[in-house]
Amino acid sequence: MSLTKAERTIILSMWSKISTQADSIGTETLERLFAGYPQTKTYFPHFDLHPGSAQLRAHGSKVVAAVGDAVKNIDNISLALSKLSELHAYILRVDPVNFKLLSHCLLVTMAARFPADFTAEAHAAWDKFLSVVSSVLTEKYR
Amino acid sequence: MVHLTAGEKSLVASTWSKVNVDEVGGEVLGRLLVVYPWTQRFFTSFGDLSSASAIMGNAKVQAHGKKVLKSFAEGLNHLDDLKGAFAQLSELHCDKLHVDPENFRLLGNVLMCVMARHLRADFTPEAQAACQKVVAGVATALAHKYH
Repeated sequence: MSLTKAERTIILSMWSKISTQADSIGTETLERLFAGYPQTKTYFPHFDLHPGSAQLRAHGSKVVAAVGDAVKNIDNISLALSKLSELHAYILRVDPVNFKLLSHCLLVTMAARFPADFTAEAHAAWDKFLSVVSSVLTEKYR
Repeated sequence: MVHLTAGEKSLVASTWSKVNVDEVGGEVLGRLLVVYPWTQRFFTSFGDLSSASAIMGNAKVQAHGKKVLKSFAEGLNHLDDLKGAFAQLSELHCDKLHVDPENFRLLGNVLMCVMARHLRADFTPEAQAACQKVVAGVATALAHKYH
C-alpha cells in the first residue's frame, strides 16, 4: 500500500495545521484512547494517566512528533521510523491491534478540531497514512 | 450485551440528541465508501461511485445512509436488548445481503469521526467512549444471528 501524490499533498497541508496544536492533539488522542479502550492502559502501569497529567502530555507530544517525522519523510517512512520500529518490536512489544485503536483516536481528534479540513478525501488519506505508519512500526515484530 | 452505566446512557442520549440524523447518515455511509473503497462491493447498483465527490453527492448513498442511521438510532431505544432489537436485521445481513460483520465495525468508527466533526469539543473522550460501547454493541448484535 503506497500513498498517491494527491494523498501526500492532503497530508502535508493538514499537517501544517496540526503541528500548531501538536501537543494538545497528542494529549487528547491519548485521553480518547484510554477512555475508549481501557485495555490500552496496560502498557502504561508506570504512568499517571489522569487527564492533565504531565506524563500524559509529554507522551502525547512524543507520539505526535513521531507522526510528524513520518509526514516530513513521507517518501521513506520505513527509514525515518526505523529506530521507533525496533523499539516497538524488541522493547515495547505493543500488540499490533493497538495501532489501529490509536490511529482511530487520532482521526477522531482531527475531525473534532478541523471539521472543515477533514473532508472525506482527507479522512481517507489520513486513515491510509496512519495504516502505513502502523505497518512500519510492526514490520520487525517477527 | 452492552454494559453502560447510568451515566454513560445519559451521556449517549445527550450526545446523540445533538446529531441531525437525517443530515449525517449520508455522510457516514459516503465516508465508509470513500475511506474503505472495498465496501463499495455491496453497492454496485448505486451508480457513480468513481470519486469521493461522486460518492458524497450520490443520491442513493444519501438515501441509504439516512435509512441505516435511522435504524441505528432506533437501536438506541433498546440498549438493554440490542440482540433482540437487531435480530431481524442480523438475519437479513447474513442471509440476503451477505455482509461481513467487520463492515459494521468500520461503519461504527466512521460514525464516530462524523460525530466528532459535527459536535467538535462536545464529543469529549468520555462521550466517545460511551458511544464506542454502543457501536460495538450494535455491531455485535447485527452479527449475532449469523450462521
